[in-house]
Amino acid sequence: MSALPDPLRLHRCMLLIRAFEEQVRRLAAAGLVPGLVHLCTGQEAVAAGAIVQLGPEDRIASHHRGHGHCLARGADPRRLMAEILGRAPGLSGGRGGSMHVYDAASGNLGTNGIVGGAVPLATGAALAAQRQGSGGIAVAFFGDGALNQGLVSECMNMAAVWRLPVLFLCEHNGYGEFTASADVTAGPSLLARGAVFGMPAEEVDGMDALAVQQAVAGAAARARGGEGPSFLLCHTWRFSGHHAGDRQDYKDDEETRRWRARDPIPRLAAHLRATGLADDPALAAMEAKAERIAADAAAFARAAPEPEPAALHQHLFA
Amino acid sequence: MRTLSYREAVIEALAGEMRRDPSVVLMGEDIGAAGGVFRQTAGLFDEFGAARVIDTPISEAGAFGIAVGASMCGLRPVFEVMFGDFITLVMDPLVNQAAKLSYMSAGGFSAPLVLRTTMGVGSNLGPQHSQSLHAWACHVPGLKVALPASPADAKGLFASAIRDPNPVVIFEDRMLYTLRGPVPEGEHLVPLGSAALRRAGRDATVVATGRMVAHALDAADRLAGEGLEIEVIDPRSLVPLDLEALVASVRRTHRVLVVDGGARRYGAAAEIAAELAESAFDWLDAPVRRLAAEDVPIPISRTLEPLVQPDAARIAAAVHALVAG
Repeated sequence: MSALPDPLRLHRCMLLIRAFEEQVRRLAAAGLVPGLVHLCTGQEAVAAGAIVQLGPEDRIASHHRGHGHCLARGADPRRLMAEILGRAPGLSGGRGGSMHVYDAASGNLGTNGIVGGAVPLATGAALAAQRQGSGGIAVAFFGDGALNQGLVSECMNMAAVWRLPVLFLCEHNGYGEFTASADVTAGPSLLARGAVFGMPAEEVDGMDALAVQQAVAGAAARARGGEGPSFLLCHTWRFSGHHAGDRQDYKDDEETRRWRARDPIPRLAAHLRATGLADDPALAAMEAKAERIAADAAAFARAAPEPEPAALHQHLFA
Repeated sequence: MRTLSYREAVIEALAGEMRRDPSVVLMGEDIGAAGGVFRQTAGLFDEFGAARVIDTPISEAGAFGIAVGASMCGLRPVFEVMFGDFITLVMDPLVNQAAKLSYMSAGGFSAPLVLRTTMGVGSNLGPQHSQSLHAWACHVPGLKVALPASPADAKGLFASAIRDPNPVVIFEDRMLYTLRGPVPEGEHLVPLGSAALRRAGRDATVVATGRMVAHALDAADRLAGEGLEIEVIDPRSLVPLDLEALVASVRRTHRVLVVDGGARRYGAAAEIAAELAESAFDWLDAPVRRLAAEDVPIPISRTLEPLVQPDAARIAAAVHALVAG
């Protein structure tokens, strides 16, 4: 666990997520991904910035746009990609797919096909950590769409009452599916959705990995110190729309220009150059390595076998 | 053997499992110092404290979802939904998370938890506090479902359910809470998926669930006075279902009536009847019959409520029709 900023690690993590999602996009375009797949391109800073602060005793629960969380938490890119393609060596044996990736080895309670579904799971993980005295914390990732799900507010209430070590981390990308958040969400401040329960609530630039890391470090320290939950509202943007292949007609060009200009990867690269942590050749080498790993994952997944028919009935019960 | 009430037997199972395994926690509304609205957790708060007997707010969906998450991380929650009608509120964490977890994660995670809830008619609690929705749970792959019908089975099925690595839903009929019966002391486990022969007979089999077992035994006493000997079998758990024991009984009696307290249409009785029709056809001398609740909400009226579920008289009448057929 790193209490100190590690900008190089953050950058490597974001590059891997970006390259991985580009491979997913290509596989989806080629018709190799069963069903729909939701890319987190543009939101890399949230996954990387938050998860770099976590240790092995901690838990995360993610959502339908969750490949980045899985990778940042340490999932094997090959097995993650194989799962997205529904293949036998996938993390869930090819039966889950993109929205049902579970990785017990990395303390990942799964991506989730139910909007807001991660929130009770992470809150429950925090309850277990508190009762067991493990010292661990849990991070619930969810989007602005989930803020209008009742059970998210229920969980925030219970987490505050029981002072659970959990972070409610909202990735506010402006849209729930194809509907602008502002069109369906009342109230003067989304921060109030956490603050109303008496927990610290903070707005974060979700396109700045260092800012996310700093905010999560503060909230994690409070949680570990027994001070209970926090609500972090991270403003970000999904470059690829709701799902791979979304034409995004609901976005206007000016909005796209504005957010593209805030791309978290060139932004951190500029910081690394300015602080002397990495020069252009080093940055290029990092990018090339990420692309190699992602390409290898894609090649592995494409070549991976489909599940055997006998797998249909396996693991229904533990 | 000493006797306990059904309610005392459940409490004994919970206490025994909590002493044996520190990861077992209870969650629910009013279950702590209050001891449960039906006194069904009385005394447990005093012994185990607030850290393990956790009073939740009236937030069934969120609280049960939290129980699912906790079960993925080493706790074994026994979560109480006060009235069975309220399981509608926990359906997403139950159906989309807990039930599918082992399958979706290829065994990487499971949800070792118990969801206990109450049901049944007889207290005039009305349409939103009486319904028997156990067939819903049975319809969801990945859930196990038990309906204890006696104090001893309540203790034994609870203990097995708590030790099971999967989500188990236990439906308790509130009218059974005061039923007394012999209960083994110390560790007592009734495996899920093992039916119990409650009464042997030669003329017909009555497969009965939950409180319907008591009604079926009453009916058997009446029918014995008329020279009809019926066999009463209690499946004890509906998932898994001990079909073998049910078929074996039909092979002895050649006639079968299935009695369940849930609504008749698409209900538990329909499923058991279909299984028997498929598996025991060659030994049947008459079509399989079923008797279940009327397909209506449970009215509060003292006149109307008793008309909803089968009782001993209706079971006896159905057996008469069965043996005449």
